[in-house]
Amino acid sequence: MTGSATTAIAGTGRGRTTFWKKNQRALAPWIFLAPGVAMFSLYVIYPIIASMWLSFYDWDGLGEKVWLGTQNYIELFDDEAFYTSLKNNIIWLALYMLAVPAGLFIALFLNQTVTGIRIYKSLFFFPFVISQVVVGLIFSWFYAPNFGLFYNLIEWITGTGVAVLADDRYVTYGIIAAGLWPQIAYCMILYLTGLNNVSPDQIEAARLDGARGWRMLWHVILPQLRPATFIAVVVTVIGALRSFDLVSIMTDGGPYGSSRVLSFYMFEQALSEYGFRMGYGAAIAVILFAIMMVFISGFIWKMIRDERGM
Amino acid sequence: MKLLKTALLGSAAAAIMASTALAQAREVKYYADFDPAPLAAFEAVIADFEAANPDIDIVLQNFDHEGYKTSIRNFLSADSPDLANWYAGNRMAPFVNAGQFQDVSDVWTDNNLGETLASAKGSMTIDGKQWGVPYTYYQWGIYYNKDAYKQVGVEVPTTWAEFIDNCAKFKEAGIDCVTTGTKALWPGAGIFDYMNLRTNGYDFHMELTAGKVAWTDERVKNTFAEWAKLVEPGYLTANHAALDWQDAAALLVQGKAANYVMGNFAVAVFKDGGMTNDTLGFMVFPEITAGIPRGEEAPTDTIHIPAGAKNVEDAKTFLAYIATADVQTKLNEALGQLPVNNQSKVGDDPFLQAGFEMLSTADGGIAQFFDRDAPAEMAKIGMEGFQEFMVKPGNVDQILDRLEKARQRIYK
Repeated sequence: MTGSATTAIAGTGRGRTTFWKKNQRALAPWIFLAPGVAMFSLYVIYPIIASMWLSFYDWDGLGEKVWLGTQNYIELFDDEAFYTSLKNNIIWLALYMLAVPAGLFIALFLNQTVTGIRIYKSLFFFPFVISQVVVGLIFSWFYAPNFGLFYNLIEWITGTGVAVLADDRYVTYGIIAAGLWPQIAYCMILYLTGLNNVSPDQIEAARLDGARGWRMLWHVILPQLRPATFIAVVVTVIGALRSFDLVSIMTDGGPYGSSRVLSFYMFEQALSEYGFRMGYGAAIAVILFAIMMVFISGFIWKMIRDERGM
Repeated sequence: MKLLKTALLGSAAAAIMASTALAQAREVKYYADFDPAPLAAFEAVIADFEAANPDIDIVLQNFDHEGYKTSIRNFLSADSPDLANWYAGNRMAPFVNAGQFQDVSDVWTDNNLGETLASAKGSMTIDGKQWGVPYTYYQWGIYYNKDAYKQVGVEVPTTWAEFIDNCAKFKEAGIDCVTTGTKALWPGAGIFDYMNLRTNGYDFHMELTAGKVAWTDERVKNTFAEWAKLVEPGYLTANHAALDWQDAAALLVQGKAANYVMGNFAVAVFKDGGMTNDTLGFMVFPEITAGIPRGEEAPTDTIHIPAGAKNVEDAKTFLAYIATADVQTKLNEALGQLPVNNQSKVGDDPFLQAGFEMLSTADGGIAQFFDRDAPAEMAKIGMEGFQEFMVKPGNVDQILDRLEKARQRIYK
């Protein structure tokens, strides 16, 4: 439709001009949308469909593609490593949510007027500024056996050190803790801006009515922070689902694959040093996409409802 | 470590090492993944080659080592150079089978390489053709801290039983008998390879990595039973899954560990840490099953001509040049590794001499390394299994079942 519209503009024939005039209001939005639609189709829609298509093949990225049908998915549902990754993704989702209340708490704590409060705010925000790679590196030193601060601390308290990143029981929690550090800072900054917009009149009114402490927070402040909470939850969910860099930096999915998440497993199968299974990787990507869609649809649903004022 | 590599990738990829281009020179594009020292050695060799062949200009583009392993797939199919570094054995199979490497059998026959590079011919051959030219290899074995041996008062063992007895004494003294760092997985595979080579021999090891034997086979279980003698009493460095191989090297240097199953490239790291020829020792991995021919491990590095090469003729001239005895002598002296050409001279370094001695007397055969002998997917799953075994030896049956399941899928 965009093609015909462009030729319509270029056309000088009488009949065309009337067609353009007649349909101008209907066509103009589409013309303005065209560049965006083209980009979105090429870089978002097409790769999604191509990945789904690829997930039905066996392909090493070099040779011939072989049609497998649903074989990749059948194998995936019988793959221990897949369930480990899925379980870790769920743990990530659940624990990453702690960033929201923790961020709120720090924001409330910092929302006061003391000399130099801006410096404290920036210091708290600092972890979010550092690259995830550096965060991962710092935490892997923190946990490192023999010289890591955390390792030595545990050794000093209990007598035996715990190498968090070498132990399949703790490794995922160790990585999530590293991920929470910058994520809390992010939620904090969202809430700090939100707190600026809290109406002083309402607080005043609530105070006159005798609301204090928790009741004030729960019934007066929090409802006004709803937009900030919404954004904080969205970025945290997305952050949890695309947790890749920390896993890659801190453990490479190890020990023996126990800290993998779906995005990392996909990378490992399709693109890493030993990964030659594009089709299998694509199948994992499709599953991850399906999980993300649940959340994304939820968010979009809520946004549409809000826009319509329901 | 990883961060450093990522940083290097950026700078290395940008730096194109163009040598003095002559007016009419025909260009040969060469993609490689050298560390700094080998890079210097190769630049010298290229300069010599260009002096001998003034009409050929080798343009070397160096990549970061780890990044190269993933980028090779892109550049082979998109913008192919005339020469590319890679590895022998099954590691080159995906590229050969996909038709991404050219058959260079004529370089072998024209230059009598079947004779001079005899030891590597098998690992360069797929479907009866040769697909590249090897220029260096290096031995694996056990590097040990002589001071730790003196401190505990034990002799260098020749059999596995003696080795394990020593381990008990090291443990009493608070020294890790064997150290390793399996964060990157592959160091663990070195231990497995030797356990299997010594328990069941080279031929069995090759059958296993080629997928012809079940992982649940009794003989594989025997290998793991021998290995358990090391793992179960805790003679192996704890928390090795969180260590890089360099971290474990530090333990050996500090005398906190006695033995390290490693490749010869680690000698540079030990010596950087302050060890000398007086404190660092090398031994052949001790005998486990008496009487089987001794197989050893020596990964070979190779150069190939991609299928999309534009200047095949001159690329072949370069391959023939790299294969000659003198060039390999000079190159490997600088690399600190072993020349493949059997007419080359081996450097004076005691570890090179020991490695050369060990490999030339290996009557079983020379394995490449687990991740080069086995196909990529099997290598990955296998190495994870080895790491798990070294943490939880009790899981051996589950691990072997998992590997067997993978084997049935991968080698169809």
